[in-house]
Amino acid sequence: MAPPVTSTAPPMKGFKGWLYDRLPVQNFIETQLTGYYAPKNFNFWYYFGVLSLVALVLQLVTGIFLTMFYKVGEATAFDSVEFIMREVEWGWLIRYLHSSGASFFFIVVYLHMFRAMLYGSYRAPREMLWLFGMAVYLALMAEAFMGYVLPWGNMSFWGAQVIVNLFSTIPAIGPGLVEWIRGDYGIADATLNRFFSLHVVAIPLALILLVVLHLVALRHKGSNNPDGIEIKKKLGADGHPVDGIPFHPYYTVKDLVGVGIFLILLAVVVFFVPTLGGLFLEGPNFEPANPLSTPEHIAPVWYFTPFYAILRAVPDQQTGALLMFLAVAAFIFLPWLDRSPVKSIRYKGWMSKLMLTVFAVSFVALGYLGLQPAEGVYVFWARLFSVLYFAFFILMPFYTRMEQTKPVPERLTYHAHA
Amino acid sequence: MRTLNRALGIGLMLAGAALAAPTWAQEAAAAAGEAKAAEAKEEGHGEESASDWKHWKAQNVVSNLPSLQRGARNFLGYCVGCHSLKYVRYSRMAEDLDIPLAQLEQMMPPGNKPADYILTSMPAADATAWFGKPPPDLSLMSRARGTDYIYQLFKTYYLDPSKPTGVNNLRLEGVAMPHVLSELEGVKVAKYKEETKKGEDGKPHTERVFEKFELQVPGRLSEGDYDAFVRDTVNFLDYAGEPAQVKRRHLGVFVVLFLIAFTWLAMLLKKEYWKDVH
Amino acid sequence: MADNGVITTDDDVDTSRRKFLTTATVATGVVGAAFVLVPFVSSWKPSERARALGAPTEFDLSKVEAGQMVILTWRKQQIYVVKRTPEMVEALKGHDGRLKDPTSEKSEQPAYAKNELRAIRPDVLVLIGICTHLGCLPKQRFEKAIPELGADWPGGFFCPCHGSRFDLAGRVFDGSPASVNLRIPPYNIAGETLTIGVDETTKGAA
Repeated sequence: MAPPVTSTAPPMKGFKGWLYDRLPVQNFIETQLTGYYAPKNFNFWYYFGVLSLVALVLQLVTGIFLTMFYKVGEATAFDSVEFIMREVEWGWLIRYLHSSGASFFFIVVYLHMFRAMLYGSYRAPREMLWLFGMAVYLALMAEAFMGYVLPWGNMSFWGAQVIVNLFSTIPAIGPGLVEWIRGDYGIADATLNRFFSLHVVAIPLALILLVVLHLVALRHKGSNNPDGIEIKKKLGADGHPVDGIPFHPYYTVKDLVGVGIFLILLAVVVFFVPTLGGLFLEGPNFEPANPLSTPEHIAPVWYFTPFYAILRAVPDQQTGALLMFLAVAAFIFLPWLDRSPVKSIRYKGWMSKLMLTVFAVSFVALGYLGLQPAEGVYVFWARLFSVLYFAFFILMPFYTRMEQTKPVPERLTYHAHA
Repeated sequence: MRTLNRALGIGLMLAGAALAAPTWAQEAAAAAGEAKAAEAKEEGHGEESASDWKHWKAQNVVSNLPSLQRGARNFLGYCVGCHSLKYVRYSRMAEDLDIPLAQLEQMMPPGNKPADYILTSMPAADATAWFGKPPPDLSLMSRARGTDYIYQLFKTYYLDPSKPTGVNNLRLEGVAMPHVLSELEGVKVAKYKEETKKGEDGKPHTERVFEKFELQVPGRLSEGDYDAFVRDTVNFLDYAGEPAQVKRRHLGVFVVLFLIAFTWLAMLLKKEYWKDVH
Repeated sequence: MADNGVITTDDDVDTSRRKFLTTATVATGVVGAAFVLVPFVSSWKPSERARALGAPTEFDLSKVEAGQMVILTWRKQQIYVVKRTPEMVEALKGHDGRLKDPTSEKSEQPAYAKNELRAIRPDVLVLIGICTHLGCLPKQRFEKAIPELGADWPGGFFCPCHGSRFDLAGRVFDGSPASVNLRIPPYNIAGETLTIGVDETTKGAA
């Protein structure tokens, strides 16, 4: 069993040598971990990529176990969830991990996307990275929406009713499309069953594939950084970027801390406030689906409420639906809307800083407004913030060109960690 | 580095305290609640708080086993005639509430085995005919509507001859459920007063506003005892909504402390390696 | 030192502290991972519903006549309950030489059923009606000297799948593909009430 000898490395013995000869393990470690040089100035905003991956794994594992006990079907779904909560050993924990995990997934993904907006990570040459990321986000929204229908509570039913009905606003094909999606004349058993299949099999597979492609695109061009400088432009004598550090051990060790804090926060929610006052698990969903009784306030789960607020802000249903879709789609165009000569917010002018702040505030405000009933003074604020939200995107080609930017330094700004 | 370590250590202790705090607060509330209930038993409810009924809180403590036991007895005595708890087994309830098997067999309606789910014997069709809709299953009522809602429901019944049941309810106007507990609470009437309010047009107008209840026919229990009865029953329904909740919170303390310890170690490891980077 | 300011020489690196911290963190992580495994692995254990349905089964022995067999279900298994006549009990003697495990050393039964009659009460036989060969359901053949089974057939059970034969105490005959006697579940007899699934040693369900 003589192990192979590579040109410079000493021969490896035993099982390790056997395996390394047959799979590119050595190559993987050297190119993706110890040999992958990432910018050394990653800050707080750079944790959320890894945390998104952790959230994905969490949902996959807990989801697999839930599927072992969940019984799809309008007569059995609701009961089977209570069966999991009460009669399956530790079922309540698996369920809460999955329901809280979904919300945490979105928190982490939104912060991850915001990082890209802060530092211009979507700019050339990383447009494909951004587009794969957007595809992941869209798949995630579909996955979360369908997942929420599965417990077949009253909010599951009526949320599905409202959202699926939105597709009827599409000209010409709308009503037929809605019936095709539902598989019946109203939200019914057929709808539940197909959502189950998509949620458990199809979209997870698509998500995994898209995440892999996302990482491949990242690896191909390397990471951006808070200064928006391309570190590969300055290589040292050893051939590595002077402002880069090996991903392993430096970022593996740093990300471990991030993962630890994520798990602490997750545990606090799961063990102490799993419903989070109705934000993560809504009260009406503890009642079985009832086509004859609408909940007092139909609202989607918090991570959809910014877009829901935009939908309701417009008095016309068709235009409202269109604007809601555009609000989500707008992100896709960022690499081409942003005309600034610099990537990072640190060196952009006051207009970009103002508009990004306005966007962030609008997003959060719309999220809050989406949870409230669409009446009274809430309507005015929802309209105002919707305008500001779109202004961020529509005006971007102009204010990113007009403004005075700061000079971008040659080397990364980095302060040694204490 | 040392300050960071100190901060982490203090943080750990504070976190531990903070996490245990809800449990401590609950115990304190339980003690206070029991003291209050004892007070209330003697003096009765303050009538001045009746108009504030929308803000009445159940403030139940699910870890209070004796309260849950009384609540279970109350439920099986007064509620199971019409309402089921179809996700709760008698045996599971007995195990969680420390009710001995012999006593459970006395409490169970005849014909039930311990492993059975708590079902009502009232046929749904008859119930719909009598009440307009079948009495809902109560397993998840406390999670769907909240314990405050259920508490307020049982405390705001009043006499109303215009209704088929002879009673109405402030919390749920036109409630189909009769005042099943009237033998315990007695019969109350609602007293209204005229209040002058400024309308949207700026002009003052008078409105009939609920002021207080007045007991017309006393029940078997005093006001304080009835209040305690309702609180125990609401507490039991909170347990029935999520039997694992006490275990969940208890375990959570250990999990979070463990994770804090792990993260602290990871932080030390990170700091050590990042000394390299300049 | 490399151009990017990362230390590469070992002189300035406290390797022993790094090793210690790495080990400590990894060890804690492994402990944590083991804790995380517990709920997932435990979730596969029979649920409360399964345990409730698998609860002990009661049966009134006065309902079965002497020489007759009834089939009950317990934990998704067929249970044969036979009211043995004195002749059937007599027929258990004298053929130990033809049995693979006459004293039930290798077979599975509670301690109180490890006697010659394999029962608490001589006239009540309780068996798990599953052939110990490959799991088929043996058929009752209580009459003696049935033509297909031979003149020396004392009465018992015959498994149609592969021809295993058992006597009226469930003991397996030589020449059968099965190698051990039919299994006996935990059971208890109080008066005329047979309870399968509990016995004196178990409190509650077995």
